[in-house]
Amino acid sequence: MYTAEFDYKKVSSVADALAALKAHPDAKLLAGGHSLIPTMKLRLASPSALIDVSSIPGLKGIRLEGDVIVIGAMTTHRDIEHSSLLKDKCPILPEQAALIGDPMVRNKGTIGGSLAHADPAADYPASMLALGAKMKIESSSGARVVTADDFFVGMFQTAVAEGEMLTEIHIPANTKSSAYEKFAHPASRYAIVGVAVVKHADGTTRAALTGAGASAVRLPKLEAGSISSLVSAADLLSDNFASAEYRAHLVDVMAKKALARV
Amino acid sequence: MADKVPITLTVNGTKHSVHVEPRTLLVQFLREHLSLTGTHVGCDTSQCGACTVHLDGMAVKSCTMFAVQADGSSVTTIEGIGEIGHLHPLQQGFWEMHGLQCGFCTPGMIMSAADLLQHNAKPSEAEIRHALEGNFCRCTGYHNIVRAVQHASGQIQNQAQAADD
Ligand SMILES: Cc1cc2nc3c(=O)[nH]c(=O)nc-3n(C[C@H](O)[C@H](O)[C@H](O)COP(=O)(O)OP(=O)(O)OC[C@H]3O[C@@H](n4cnc5c(N)ncnc54)[C@H](O)[C@@H]3O)c2cc1C
Ligand code: FES
Ligand code: FES
Repeated sequence: MYTAEFDYKKVSSVADALAALKAHPDAKLLAGGHSLIPTMKLRLASPSALIDVSSIPGLKGIRLEGDVIVIGAMTTHRDIEHSSLLKDKCPILPEQAALIGDPMVRNKGTIGGSLAHADPAADYPASMLALGAKMKIESSSGARVVTADDFFVGMFQTAVAEGEMLTEIHIPANTKSSAYEKFAHPASRYAIVGVAVVKHADGTTRAALTGAGASAVRLPKLEAGSISSLVSAADLLSDNFASAEYRAHLVDVMAKKALARV
Repeated sequence: MADKVPITLTVNGTKHSVHVEPRTLLVQFLREHLSLTGTHVGCDTSQCGACTVHLDGMAVKSCTMFAVQADGSSVTTIEGIGEIGHLHPLQQGFWEMHGLQCGFCTPGMIMSAADLLQHNAKPSEAEIRHALEGNFCRCTGYHNIVRAVQHASGQIQNQAQAADD
């Protein structure tokens, strides 16, 4: 399948990426391409230009800065899956990364691309909410930091506005224990329901849900100690694979499985 | 037409400097520009893995990237890993263990399995099945594909021995 025509530009700095975005308002950033290219092949997206940000030095890699883990937006799922820093300080991310799609998807796809795309069935949004992560968003007028709670706005919608780009994910290195339970679509491996639970060093527990609704959300009932009827079917998606009622039931099941492991 | 872009990439050890339209998929470049038709297109929707090649040593779906993204990289296709008389251990394994029927999925299976064996020389059956999750086969039922990978990794010898297991 051919995509529509587009101009291609590979950039090597965030400043160049932002300048190119300004010059081509209907351009799109290209990271791993594993959401964008399938969408372009179906002609659901036909950007006039692609700005390839996948090899900007400095946007790839995972490091510890004091008690904050900084993950560059162009870090691949594969690098997250195998990171010893994350396995030690934030094990829910390698656990999730290993469940994304298949090895070839993980070799190309990036955490920044996944978060910016905000597919309702993506895995990381649940852990971002449960970890209390923050996203660094840059534009030609400067940088701002948004909490995960404010980042996921709706289906395929985030706080990243036109002309902006997600550059880093900041995660407090305070996980005491964590678990992610996913009921995967048997063909695509995307989440039909995914529940993330993180116990933090300060004694608080945060939990979040992905896959079931239009976007990832916190699970306040679970955080308050309840383990049944965590969400209402009226708030969930329904399709030929899973009805809203079935998804609501699965949320309770996945939550119990996750709680048993934290 | 969008401007063609100059790219340089190495495919199976041979360097190519060409101009391509940005929307040319890597798999189209390999099959239609270089006539390397061993890499197959099964679904064209990123699901089946028939188009798997190595990009700088890593398995990727060549239907889900543009040739321009491979600029400066080294690509290996099924044509680049062995030849008649000197088969790659995985090619030999598929031969010995009857790991294919129609053969359509086989190039992708071999390239994915080759990525696995690079960092896990003796994978368990579960690890092999997990690593091949992105490769669909509509003929074999996967059983002999797993045995082919076990054969290539020196864990079983031949069909007679496998039958005794
Ligand atoms: C077969 C298959 C199975 C999959 N299974 C799963 C799964 O089980 N779980 C899961 O979570 N995901 C799954 N995915 C999606 C995969 O994780 C993608 O890699 C990811 O969603 C997108 O990341 P990317 O780097 O490929 O982004 P791209 O596709 O390059 O970009 C996605 C979108 O984000 C924008 N964008 C990219 N980078 C930035 C940035 N830095 N700032 C702002 N905007 C940006 C792009 O313009 C585009 O609109 C699957 C994909 C495939 C093909
Ligand atoms: S043809 Fe590329 S994944 Fe099926
Ligand atoms: S041998 Fe026919 S698809 Fe696998």
